[in-house]
Amino acid sequence: MVKEKSVLLEIKDLRIEGYSDEEWIEIVHGVNLTLHRGEVMGLIGESGAGKSTIGLAAMGFTRDGCRISGGSVLFDGMDLTTASRAERRALRGSRIAYVAQSAAASFNPAHKLIEQHTESGRLHKISSKSEMEADAIELYRRLRLPNPEEIGFRYPHQVSGGQLQRAMTAMAMSCRPDLIIFDEPTTALDVTTQIEVLAAIRDIVEQFNTAALYITHDLAVVAQMADRIKVLLKGDEVEEAETRKMLADPEEDYTKSLWSVRSFEREQKPPPPASEKPLISVRNVDASYGPVPVLKGVSFDIYRGQTVAVVGESGSGKSTTARCITGLLPPDAGEILYDGHVLPARYQNRSKEQLRQVQMIYQMADTALNPKKTIGEIIGRPLQFYGGLRGAELKTAIDQLLDQIELEPSLYYKRLPSELSGGQKQRVGIARALAAGPTFIICDEVTSALDQLVAEGILRLLDRLQKELDLAYMFITHDLATVRAISDVVVVMKEGEVVEQGPKDVMFKPPHHEYTDLLLSSVPEMDPDWLTHLLEERGVDNVGEAAHDKKT
Amino acid sequence: MGGVLPLVGKRLLLGVGTLFVVSLIIFWAVEALPGDVAQQILGQSATQETVDALREELGLNKSPFTRYFEWLVGAVQGDFGVSLANKRSVTAQIAPRFANTLFLAAYAAVISVPLAIFLGVLTALYRNSVFDRVTNALSLVSISSPEFFLGYVLIAFFAVQSQLFPSISNVTAGMDFDERIYRTTLPAVTLALVVTAYMMRMTRAAIINLLASPYIEMARLKGVPNGRVITHHALPNALAPIINVVALNLAYLITGVVLVEVVFVYPGVGQLLVDSVTKRDFPVVQACCLIFAATFIMFNLIADVGSILSNPRLRHPK
Repeated sequence: MVKEKSVLLEIKDLRIEGYSDEEWIEIVHGVNLTLHRGEVMGLIGESGAGKSTIGLAAMGFTRDGCRISGGSVLFDGMDLTTASRAERRALRGSRIAYVAQSAAASFNPAHKLIEQHTESGRLHKISSKSEMEADAIELYRRLRLPNPEEIGFRYPHQVSGGQLQRAMTAMAMSCRPDLIIFDEPTTALDVTTQIEVLAAIRDIVEQFNTAALYITHDLAVVAQMADRIKVLLKGDEVEEAETRKMLADPEEDYTKSLWSVRSFEREQKPPPPASEKPLISVRNVDASYGPVPVLKGVSFDIYRGQTVAVVGESGSGKSTTARCITGLLPPDAGEILYDGHVLPARYQNRSKEQLRQVQMIYQMADTALNPKKTIGEIIGRPLQFYGGLRGAELKTAIDQLLDQIELEPSLYYKRLPSELSGGQKQRVGIARALAAGPTFIICDEVTSALDQLVAEGILRLLDRLQKELDLAYMFITHDLATVRAISDVVVVMKEGEVVEQGPKDVMFKPPHHEYTDLLLSSVPEMDPDWLTHLLEERGVDNVGEAAHDKKT
Repeated sequence: MGGVLPLVGKRLLLGVGTLFVVSLIIFWAVEALPGDVAQQILGQSATQETVDALREELGLNKSPFTRYFEWLVGAVQGDFGVSLANKRSVTAQIAPRFANTLFLAAYAAVISVPLAIFLGVLTALYRNSVFDRVTNALSLVSISSPEFFLGYVLIAFFAVQSQLFPSISNVTAGMDFDERIYRTTLPAVTLALVVTAYMMRMTRAAIINLLASPYIEMARLKGVPNGRVITHHALPNALAPIINVVALNLAYLITGVVLVEVVFVYPGVGQLLVDSVTKRDFPVVQACCLIFAATFIMFNLIADVGSILSNPRLRHPK
């Protein structure tokens, strides 16, 4: 890779303030960044690190309620912090482009893809509409979108998520910008889809020698994409280095701790004796939403004290299975057994005792907790409902639960969910599930909305609780690192069917079922050459959706 | 379009069903009024024979069910019976009046709908500016003032003081278009003032609601100027609520004009309704009510269908 060494973007001592509680609070504390032409820099950090804010500031843009309070953003010699509105607008879309996290939400639902693709070029008078359209089709082809001549004339809802993300990358390329800001472009995608998007982005950035700021919280992803990596923490720079050096030999403790996140792995439990009855048994369950069949003959067992990880891509029926077990969605056929007895299909027909045994923890602790209730009330409710506790007894029980989830009772009892961090909210979600005194808990993507360090804390907590209370978990996730960390048994689902299941040690060793193999090999690894090797091994047209598209 | 037709058909059927229920309510409400119609028409001094004769003539001796079905069958064919007051056909009496009402409503709509959407877009674009605040305050004033009051204020300024327009909007069948427009300007402006405010506020709210969407941020990051962000990116996605409020206000322009028609002595259905109630001319009252109900239901239907059609997911299924 030959790189021109002239500086394209230079951010000096950038300070950004956010408005909250009627005062301006500094959220980015003087960050410096230098990006050369054609260079890809990865910005990584946990949520609240200021990655996106800095990325947007590189376009001279701040979200509502934010302002640049100091420093400068020099793009090709022009200071965007002092440039006029019109000057900044002239750059956006034409010389600096943006690729957002969720393409599905960032494409306007009212207009065709190609119309949105050509908008920047038409507005900036770069070329005519027909030339832009011809170019769009060429870009779609280069990004290996299926039916490149036709796909642009569809509306966003008619195109899948992975394709939309590639179409958005194509849109960013429409005016051949000098710089593209990628803001978590693959975070919302399944691992198998992620690969092809990563490959497409890397390819096209290289082809046009475009510089990029690649923002992500996923270290393994950034390792594939970036020439250099800058680590951010709470609006401050931690360190910056060339990718290989950063991976091999990080200097700061914080970076080292980020690198070591995936080290947590608990020992796999031995399989239960053949005589033991499964605690939960899902037997040949079919289910559907209206006329649409979702589950086809799903069967698996969960034993006391064990963790069964259910993995698969979005739409594979993981959460639907959970809804069947909890009785929220009565199955069309098949049954759910608890300790050898058939559970009524609908939760309305289940006894309090049966309801108590099966509890749930949700992905979005934000929306799963009533924002108007205090933590004490939220945890107290199931204690009253199932345990009939009142007064001092109730208070003691709540305090115990708060202790169990490692939140100091006197501090958190009276707080509202909005006063808690994401990880703390998820802990409250766990306490609420525990309060019922269950034997079985369904964890639906409980760590996927959390930063890695926080997620690890939650996993360790769940593991400790499992040992103490002999709980069985059904762990729904699409993250195989989590599966490796906590599961005893793995169930792989695809399109509503179980394609493979077995003990973890067996499942993670070849030979695999074809689909399991695809899932496992699609998880990015920290090795910066991982993507290159994988693509060489499989061929660019045989990853993820592209492989699937080719067949159909 | 396969997904849309059944939806629209379902709405249509529902509309017909609603209209049927309304016809029942109208008929039985009038039926439930105290007193004997024939007696009231003839007055206290009438002899029993004449009252009986009139009852026979009006068909009041038949059971109410028979009369309801006769009335309904007639109404479906456009025949609402004969007026009690002057023995003329109700349909012939209402038709020109209804045309007048439609004319006034259309005039008011032509002023108010474009104005409302234009102002809504502008206030959304310059939200929290002085222009936005003043427009919002004025719209609140015009919503909160009763329309007869607004009508008199307009008369005071434009008919009495400056004599630009006539204070009485008496139009006749033979009048040419320009003359009609001239005479109906004040009532049309009065109506427009009331409905513009509602529609404008809804347009503004619907657009602002969308400004936090990721695709709006994306548009800004593509260098799209502010005005185009609003008109090209927000407005098409805000159409559903806007269509709803516009349709409901159009219905109001037809059914809610009673007061304005009285103030300006405009020969519309509203005037006729008020006159007929005082004269206890029930066939006319029933017919007017049914027409108003049908108008309201029709515009609601249009609103429903319009907002369904404004959704690209329904227009272009996968």
